[in-house]
Amino acid sequence: MTWNEALLWLVLASSLITGLTIFFLPEERHRLRSTLNLAGAFAKLALIAIMLWGVLNEQQYETRYALLPGIDFALRADALAMLFVTLSAVLWLFTTIYAIGYLEGSPHRSRFFGFFSLCVTSTMGIAFAGNLFTFFLFYELLTLSTYPLVAHRGTDKALRAGNIYLGYTLAGGAVLLIGVIWLYSLLGNVEFAHGGVLSGLVPERHGELIVIFVLLIAGLGVKAALVPLHGWLPVAMVAPAPVSALLHAVAVVKAGAFGIVRVVYDVYGIEFAADLGLLLPLAIVASITIIYGSLRALAQDDLKRRLAFSTVSQVSYIALGVSLFGPIGTVGGLVHLVHQGIMKITLFFCAGNLAETLGIHKVSEMRGVGRRMPWTMAAFTVAAFGMIGVPPMAGFISKWYLGLGALNAQMPWVLGVLIASSVLNAAYFLPILYAAWFQPQRGPWPAEQPRGRFETDWRLLLPPLVTAALTLAVGLFAATLFSPLEWAQLIMTREYLR
Amino acid sequence: MSTVLSALLAVNWISWVIGLPLTYTIAAFLSGARAGRMLALPALVLSLLAAVGLSARVLAQGPQRHMVGGWGAPLGIELYADGLACLMLLMTAAIGLFTGWYARHYFARQDTGATYFWPLTGFLLGAMNALYLSADVFNLYVTLELLGLAAVGLVALTGGAAALAAALRYLLAALAGSLMYLLGVALLYGAHGTLALAELGARLVPGPLAWTVIALMTLGLALKTALFPLHFWLPPAHGGAATPVSALLSALVIKASFYLLLRLWFEVFAPAVTIPAAQLLGVLGAGAILWGSWLALCQQKVKMIVAYSTVAQIGYLFLLFPLAAYAPGVESAWYGGVYQAVSHAFAKAAMFLAVGSMVLAAGREDIDQLDGISARLPLSLFSFALAGISLMGLPPSGGFIAKWLLLKAALAGGQWWWVVVMILGGLLTAAYLFRVLRHAFLPARRGKRFRALPPALELSAFGLALGSLALGLWASGPLALLRVGAPFAGASP
Repeated sequence: MTWNEALLWLVLASSLITGLTIFFLPEERHRLRSTLNLAGAFAKLALIAIMLWGVLNEQQYETRYALLPGIDFALRADALAMLFVTLSAVLWLFTTIYAIGYLEGSPHRSRFFGFFSLCVTSTMGIAFAGNLFTFFLFYELLTLSTYPLVAHRGTDKALRAGNIYLGYTLAGGAVLLIGVIWLYSLLGNVEFAHGGVLSGLVPERHGELIVIFVLLIAGLGVKAALVPLHGWLPVAMVAPAPVSALLHAVAVVKAGAFGIVRVVYDVYGIEFAADLGLLLPLAIVASITIIYGSLRALAQDDLKRRLAFSTVSQVSYIALGVSLFGPIGTVGGLVHLVHQGIMKITLFFCAGNLAETLGIHKVSEMRGVGRRMPWTMAAFTVAAFGMIGVPPMAGFISKWYLGLGALNAQMPWVLGVLIASSVLNAAYFLPILYAAWFQPQRGPWPAEQPRGRFETDWRLLLPPLVTAALTLAVGLFAATLFSPLEWAQLIMTREYLR
Repeated sequence: MSTVLSALLAVNWISWVIGLPLTYTIAAFLSGARAGRMLALPALVLSLLAAVGLSARVLAQGPQRHMVGGWGAPLGIELYADGLACLMLLMTAAIGLFTGWYARHYFARQDTGATYFWPLTGFLLGAMNALYLSADVFNLYVTLELLGLAAVGLVALTGGAAALAAALRYLLAALAGSLMYLLGVALLYGAHGTLALAELGARLVPGPLAWTVIALMTLGLALKTALFPLHFWLPPAHGGAATPVSALLSALVIKASFYLLLRLWFEVFAPAVTIPAAQLLGVLGAGAILWGSWLALCQQKVKMIVAYSTVAQIGYLFLLFPLAAYAPGVESAWYGGVYQAVSHAFAKAAMFLAVGSMVLAAGREDIDQLDGISARLPLSLFSFALAGISLMGLPPSGGFIAKWLLLKAALAGGQWWWVVVMILGGLLTAAYLFRVLRHAFLPARRGKRFRALPPALELSAFGLALGSLALGLWASGPLALLRVGAPFAGASP
């Protein structure tokens, strides 16, 4: 095995081995558990840094073995994979720090961190999957490893949420499986390749390809929370805050969105998908999701539910970008994969801080909280402005490229969707900010539990501050070498100018 | 080194595979429960090594034929080992070993039935190995009957009224099944004057006689395999038996009659079977999947859930027949069906053993008494979940590979209705298995006490669960073995 092949396995192993070890750690060994978790997260980051440099310099990272005769288990790191992997690894580190602080003193932590690591491993596998078969393997593994996290608290509500989550994702996985096997039975093997692998198929098969596309997108759309397949997401909000952060920013919804990107670019090929007339319906579904999610978010008083509907809306920007034919739309969709992750995780960290420190769960309880927890609310504010798309934050870059992409693709109506969405984003975020900063506190906080020297435990405070800073940084320094925007442009050039 | 290897390859492994368990049976019977218990693991390990040796030889040299006492067919008993037989032998030996390890500790705590468990298990495994290696329909009948009797004895082991009733029901079903099979054998011998599988395959001509034979033998074997709607005897027998027995019965015994059916359909009946007949078997399989899963969802006792799950999983095996009826799907269907049999064996044995530990620890069999298990027996619950992934057909597991191959066969042959059945079956399986997991995740009620268990009970189930996982990560190995002497030329799935 060459060093480049080993790197791929090592990236998976850095969280898989950690997770499996943690399962067998006794509950009270929290120091060892935290050390292991952080060591795994840092090791993964170091490995990924090496690979990033390699991918930029056209190094090949690929490893495979025959799982079935004729079907390989294949891992490959291309520029697109690295985008998702880097996002996941960076956010995993901060979520781990956050979760260690968040879960201090609560039961079943070995189980929690074990599945948490498995979940990250699955995400890595989804990113590195070199063919549709391997992708499906990790996609289902992700479903299975996140269920115990959603149901973690073991309350009736949590178990019911777990059920709903499973119902949606397993059904989605089944639909996806039909699409995948159908494609395999047509082609024999479906390796991901720039520009797609289907355009050579005889025209008589094109009808089947359209049906398969619908099956694949429906299967992936469950995790990506495309309307009307989004029902699990707001319900899954009962999970602990780090899990919500993980589900919404890194793992589950992104796995769905990333799958859509792979299917459109590397299975069908963007030009072939456009020829089949598949992009416009996808753009319409994405637009409906964007508007619908924002409208529902407006009406939620529960903070986490409001954020959840906001996720429904924001993740579809990625699908929207994918469906805009042309390089600029592609860049907009891809860069949003990263930007939405950074912004949304900040918001969930902050929501978790409010709930843990002051017992605040509702927007209506947030009056004056800016004075009590200024750092948390500052981070929240940065991320919320980013979501709205205020320059120079991350969200502005995404929306700018999406808008330009829409004009380039001769779909000016998409511009209307973007503007409407921004207005709605402002309408559900600004009242929160107004209440927190400008309204006086009314009565005592619902359940105040002071934690540590700062406004809350430092492990809860540091992660949102860092990710908020990142939200600013990726916007301000969008033109530097390893910024998400530059990387998305690299992917775009390799995808279009192959 | 290479001379040692070639000497090992030259060993007549077929005799060892059958002889070892039977020798152990006699030893265990004569020297009593204690010695039976002590000798069990060495004997089981040796059996596994013999099966590995035979498989290595078959992989290296192709199918093996052995004439007992030097007399060939049609006069003497001829034994024949191809890839399919070897895979079944490996499965039997591996599951026998882990279940034996579990049983050593299981029966150490409760005395009922320990005396006869060891000799009966040895006999069961020996009969099963002989069945997999038999190459003529009469010898197959004899081994099938011996296997049935050993299995009935094991069900009756615990001794209570319920166990005896279940055993009696099982006995009647098994006897009726073998009787029908024997009638078929008699008709075949009368018409063609031979009992050997290979020669019968060459001589069978489509016609009323062939169809009668096919109907009789298929019905008899379907009864023994507990294919819906002939599954009435299975849940009480499998769900009520002692845990290691449940594992052996659900994982292995029903596979023997299925194996026989598979051999007959592909090697003897092939020229005479019709597409409607194959579709009928598929319809019954689909009925098993849906009805069995539904009943599993309705059970209150954990072991009964697992037993009904077997009824449902048997259904997938029978989808093989309609899927193989159309040329483009035949290979995927055959490989997928066999792989399903093997994966189910590992997953179901692991699941029964894990559930048995939970019941033992909680002291109650009801599903709502499982609270606190996730904290108390995490490894057993983890084994249950791993095995469950395979039964649901989700990756990474052997069950997923099997389902992948079967679905591929269905799509290749344009039989999309089986796709729907399989997908629905998978979702129903998830529903009844997650129901168990959900109860096990609940925090323990106040004042609930658990019995402490020896780690071996948890580890043996975990070993089998890892086996079902390994089948999903490295399918090319078992499939390569299966290809040796497969009933179609040069095929791969």
